[in-house]
Amino acid sequence: MTAPRQGAVGQRLPLIDGIEKVTGRAAYTADLPASALVGRILRSPYAHAGLLEIDTAAARALPGVVAVITGADCDKTYGVLPIAMNEYPLARDRVRYRGEPVAAVAAVDEETAERALALIRLKVRELPAYFTTETARAPGAALLHDNAAGNLVREVHDEFGDVAAGFAAADLVREARYRCAEVVHGQMEPHAALADYDAERQRLTLHSVTQVPYYLHLMLSRCLELDESQIRVVKPFVGGGFGARVEPLNFEIVAALLARAARGTVRLILSREETFLTHRGRPEAEIRLKLGMTRTGRLTAAAAEVVQRGGAYSGYGIITILYAGSLLHGLYDIPAIKYDGWRVYTNTPPCGAMRGHGSVDARHAFECLLDTMAAELGLDPFAVRRANLLVTPMQTANGIIVNSYGLPECLDRVQKASGWRQRKGRMPPGRGLGMACSHYVSGAGKPIHRTGEPHAVVELRLDFDGGITILTGAADIGQGSSTILAQAVSEVTGVGLGRLRVIATDSAVTPKDNGSYSSRVTFMVGNAAIDAAEQLRDILIGAAARKLDARPDQIECVAERFRVSGGQDPGLSFREVAGAALAQGGSITVKGTFTVPVEYQGGKHRGGAVGSTMALSYAAQVVEVEVDSDTGMVRIVKVWVAHDCGRAINPLSVEGQVQGSVWMGMGQALCEETRYEDGLPLHASLLGYAIPTIVESPPIEVHIVECLDPNGPFGAKEASEGSLAGFLPAMTNAIAQAIGLRMTELPITPDRILEALAKKQRESRIAAAAQGAAQ
Amino acid sequence: MLVFDILRFPESHAMSTILSLTINGWKRTDLVPDNLLLIDYIRELAGLAGTKRGCDGGECGACTVLVDGEPRAACLTLAARCGSRHVETIEGVGSPGRLSRLQRAFHEKLGTQCGFCTPGMIMAAEALLRRNPKPDEAAIRAALSGNLCRCTGYVKIIESVQAAMAETP
Repeated sequence: MTAPRQGAVGQRLPLIDGIEKVTGRAAYTADLPASALVGRILRSPYAHAGLLEIDTAAARALPGVVAVITGADCDKTYGVLPIAMNEYPLARDRVRYRGEPVAAVAAVDEETAERALALIRLKVRELPAYFTTETARAPGAALLHDNAAGNLVREVHDEFGDVAAGFAAADLVREARYRCAEVVHGQMEPHAALADYDAERQRLTLHSVTQVPYYLHLMLSRCLELDESQIRVVKPFVGGGFGARVEPLNFEIVAALLARAARGTVRLILSREETFLTHRGRPEAEIRLKLGMTRTGRLTAAAAEVVQRGGAYSGYGIITILYAGSLLHGLYDIPAIKYDGWRVYTNTPPCGAMRGHGSVDARHAFECLLDTMAAELGLDPFAVRRANLLVTPMQTANGIIVNSYGLPECLDRVQKASGWRQRKGRMPPGRGLGMACSHYVSGAGKPIHRTGEPHAVVELRLDFDGGITILTGAADIGQGSSTILAQAVSEVTGVGLGRLRVIATDSAVTPKDNGSYSSRVTFMVGNAAIDAAEQLRDILIGAAARKLDARPDQIECVAERFRVSGGQDPGLSFREVAGAALAQGGSITVKGTFTVPVEYQGGKHRGGAVGSTMALSYAAQVVEVEVDSDTGMVRIVKVWVAHDCGRAINPLSVEGQVQGSVWMGMGQALCEETRYEDGLPLHASLLGYAIPTIVESPPIEVHIVECLDPNGPFGAKEASEGSLAGFLPAMTNAIAQAIGLRMTELPITPDRILEALAKKQRESRIAAAAQGAAQ
Repeated sequence: MLVFDILRFPESHAMSTILSLTINGWKRTDLVPDNLLLIDYIRELAGLAGTKRGCDGGECGACTVLVDGEPRAACLTLAARCGSRHVETIEGVGSPGRLSRLQRAFHEKLGTQCGFCTPGMIMAAEALLRRNPKPDEAAIRAALSGNLCRCTGYVKIIESVQAAMAETP
């Protein structure tokens, strides 16, 4: 591990592209200047239907319409996973959810494009549609995909250790069911793409809101049957991701198809409603969980069954259902874990990856049941967690190696900060404290495409101007990855941030990167940046040594000054050393790489790659709630969260990421929920889908725990996802403290609280009456 | 885009208006369709792309601008109703080389992450600080309640506004 000493790492540095954002100069995809046609998509009004005919003649005849395309224009499927590409950019033969793209037009203006869409006629044969996992899995249900028996995307059955023996050894075994509603990312920037097709040379340039420019590049090549060398993908400023854009999306490919058909430039901006229809959020999940525990709180076994409503296409679904099981491991020491998962196709928009991918709902169930059982045994929730800590370094039963484990310190920090010991159980009526833990991977250990290439590449270029350009394919989507890379390079080279510039995510210029997902960028791209920076530093130090008549190991560089260490000589400026280095052969380019060693790429069992990582982040949080029993309203008073992110390369950014994660968990726990009526989304606006406003958002106090990981860049691990999952159960446990109700369904809306309170009162009245009758 | 619209399909717009207003201190006059929204006037005609469209109408606050000093959702405001008024957008806040106190605070305190809500958020906060130079936290929350942010959890947004108000404008 490289130890920081220049001061760039650990600095509370504002985002290097923050000025653009606060001045309005940051250009997002919809802001890019271009003389472009307007693209629009016609979407299916049917939840499930055979497409018999699409009549586009009238639309094509409308003056001002330049191109009309349908599924007939592309017979190639796409999808982020090579093993599950079962989606067409525009539906062919069949539509499987309301809102699925079936045709698209490019026209001279918006009004013409809209009129053209209205002229397209669909002839269909409606098919039975399923909006719940129960109906989709029922015997005799029609299949959404011919090769998916039982409408299953994937089922998973794993057992590690002897679960039956574990339950037999327990003093207390409890089982409970939990239900978590489907939620979506709700990133502030609606989807958009700008496609430019050079018809003379058959070349495509696509600007898009993507988190994964490389995967998009591959799918554009596949669907347009263009050689990858003929495509350029650029990611401008992106207004948030959270997983919404971690797979190539239909509208991006449609924009490219439209541009080719129109032989020009097409701008395709989706409305907020369409952005909701494109979906790929966190699936509705039913979780049945069974835990075994000794009287002292030691866990003996866990068994979880998870059913996810995946929507109409696979997307990331196989990964999501695997994550729900694999990340039952790695947080606590549990002798035996059994997991059964079912990912189900339904006639709703496809789900995908969302912050905390796959782990969140299962973690919610686990931490809720742990709390319930602790209460039954009269144990403190903190004590139960402490009774089950890992002893590291260790390898989990499913093959994840854990070298750094800051959970004990996270527990200590939030227990103290929240005043847990003094306050718990002594709060006024309606108030409660709850806690929970969570964790997450720092980059998926095994890449999706097993090409044999490094998992991350960063290039650095130094030229006559004395500036160092960092070239990276890593997608900064607001999380600040470009800032972190600049800090890493500054730290290693000793070069000031003012001399650095980052050029990111333009496939014509920057090295390939797998994308911004699974919290991989700081860890993997950060390590590649360190590798590159060390090479550049060695070149500069070599040049300085020659000029100063010293050995390279005698040269030190601090604050852009190169001198013989211990000497009195003023040394050389950066410009002098850079000049000497450039004189050797001109412009200097170095390349750093990073590859996850094979032992960190997961267990050998089927699906073992999912959950594999080089390092896990850890988090603990305490949530204080106030519940109004008359209205059912839950107010979050305050959150104390401790997150072990290894080295905090930028503590300001870490705080921002952790606050954002916790808060996004709050939205899911408190109010966010998609709703469908016969497959018709009722939530597809920012009013219909209730994202918390500033009014109901609590103070979130962040404690950074730096349990350095030996493999992380400067010891760093992930900071952007791991804290999310803990909020849901911490809040739910706090509500149990406040009003004595163990809620099992998310979100915990006022309706659900009032319903549960009424049920409890009814039950106690019946019990009292029964007791009276017995006497 | 929309101005070319009129040239190409004059029959598609029944009525147009000559609109004169001041935008970020500059006077300008355009022929605009009566149904032109202020957000399209700002983005397409005035060419100021800092004002963002985040929703289908009045849901998110990303397009908040000031009209005669009052915060308005530009996506719910007809351009034609802004005749002889002063429209201020994010581009009119601060000056080149000198960020406004709110811009500086949002930058330095990480009140911005992805940045998409930031122009609207800063304009709403600007309106607040003009009418109430020392708002308490509840007043800040009330003033920004129409502006959604999905990145920050709002914690650092509140800190940014508080840091800005501690400075003289």
